[in-house]
Amino acid sequence: MATILTEPEAATPAAPDKTRPTAPRPEGPAPAPADQPAPSVAVDLRGVSVWYGSFRAVKNVTFDVQAHAITALIGPSGSGKSTLIRAINRMNDLIPGARVEGEVLYHGENLYAPHVDPVEVRRRIGMVFQKPNPFPKSIYDNVAFGPRIMGYRGNMDELVEGSLRRAALWEEVRDKLKQSGLALSGGQQQRLCIARAIAVEPEIILMDEPASALDPRSTLQIEELMAELARRYTIIIVTHNMQQAARASDFTVFLNMGEDRAGYIVERARTTEIFTNPKNQLTEDYVSGRFG
Amino acid sequence: MTATAQPFGDTSLRRTGTDWAGLAFHGVLLISLLVSLLILFTLISDVVTRGLPVLAERGTDFLTAPTSSRPARAGVAQGIFGTLMMAVFVAIIAFPIGIMTAIYLEEYAPDNRLTRFINVNIRNLAGVPSVVYGLLGLSIFVLALRDLTGGRSMIAGGITLAVLVLPIVIITSAEAFRAVPRALREAGFGVGASRWEVTRLLVIPHAAPGILTGTVLALSRALGETAPLILAGAVLGGFSTGSKGIVEQIFGRYTVLPVTIFDWARRPQADFRELTAAAIVVLLVVTLLANAIAILLRNRYDGASS
Repeated sequence: MATILTEPEAATPAAPDKTRPTAPRPEGPAPAPADQPAPSVAVDLRGVSVWYGSFRAVKNVTFDVQAHAITALIGPSGSGKSTLIRAINRMNDLIPGARVEGEVLYHGENLYAPHVDPVEVRRRIGMVFQKPNPFPKSIYDNVAFGPRIMGYRGNMDELVEGSLRRAALWEEVRDKLKQSGLALSGGQQQRLCIARAIAVEPEIILMDEPASALDPRSTLQIEELMAELARRYTIIIVTHNMQQAARASDFTVFLNMGEDRAGYIVERARTTEIFTNPKNQLTEDYVSGRFG
Repeated sequence: MTATAQPFGDTSLRRTGTDWAGLAFHGVLLISLLVSLLILFTLISDVVTRGLPVLAERGTDFLTAPTSSRPARAGVAQGIFGTLMMAVFVAIIAFPIGIMTAIYLEEYAPDNRLTRFINVNIRNLAGVPSVVYGLLGLSIFVLALRDLTGGRSMIAGGITLAVLVLPIVIITSAEAFRAVPRALREAGFGVGASRWEVTRLLVIPHAAPGILTGTVLALSRALGETAPLILAGAVLGGFSTGSKGIVEQIFGRYTVLPVTIFDWARRPQADFRELTAAAIVVLLVVTLLANAIAILLRNRYDGASS
């Protein structure tokens, strides 16, 4: 476990955000290595509310997501974790009646501005779902799907191999790339979905309870993979499993369901802070298993 | 654990008593199956025993001869051609329009009151008696548009049938699209596919077997229809197609197998009874062949997509 906890720490290049000096921020992480000019904030949510028709599922959520780190969204059922993560790549657009208020800033641009193409957003901000959902196609075609529709002109074989390697799946499937992705085990399917997501080189990967349908061993593999991927991508993960958040994430956002059944943020801090020294009594009760 | 608390009584594993209700239900199910099989078998054996002698005696002449008022010379050539052409019209008009309508309704249309209203009414259209479509065909395709269709022509009948099965194609295709798991669409959108790409590359292949099943149903329905085509200009009785080319026939007089069967069945001469039975055998074979082709296509698609 120790390696998982320390690796992402080392891989967190986030420097204090100069553009928003007034933003409340937990104690600053280590300064960025000189060869990492990436912006420190990958995505910045400001006053985000999500409505399904007349029901407000998420209320006035503001937090920023550190680049090249793993941010976990935790909270009891109904606290709007999945709704919130789906607001980040406009996946909620697909649900009739869903709408988002507030701003989701990505490179300073509001993802909900009228001129923004949601298809383009989802190419930059990929997603891995709760239940592994490979296409009913071969392993190869699953990974090549995204690059193909984007008109990728490079060496597809290399891209597929590279993506599968980075998803820690290559060794297991190298001899059966033509087999259906659905023939793999659950854990392998989920890593295939991760390979499919990273094949289009997104900047951010959203994971909506990616391990909840998997056995403990596959879960651990996914967590180790996330730590590896955080060197290159920004990862936001929804999880029901507090041990998983504690083990695998750098930052934790704790959401709760309010009196009006809308989710709101209780506390957002470094994961170690949330689990050892939470500021809010609710957070303490939740992470110590007293409710939720 | 002592045997003091036993809410379900004796805990022995031995079978106690007979489940009469369960057995009776099983029996009723079996009888229902046998009744439907018996009816089907009676119908088919009756038709085949009366029709086969004609087919054996006349051979291919029965299949290639035109209609005639003399039983010894009457054949089903025009009926077969008309029925096959009806299948072609349905396939090129009703299938594409129906499937694309279903795609629009399921994948593109916003879920609002208008869409639901349209959906309900397509279902209502599928329940409209076919003779009403015959009247529609008569008043629009035969009479109003006679300059385009040539009046009581094969094309007027074909369009009428296409309109008749259109709601069936739409409904069954829409069902097939609705059965595509949301996870599949989300997976596509999640890697940055557009709606068109998700529909074309993921949703349509997944729904294709279901769509083909629907088109088989629609085709069978169309090939068996009689009443609407009698109204929409199919010829009852003899007519000459002579040496007309296919295009001339499409814009000319026509008949289809069910109409030929109807025509012969009401004639007084006893010989026509056997001819009727033989024509029914031919219609059954044509319909089964059309279905078999569609099912083969579906199986090929099924194999390709998984």
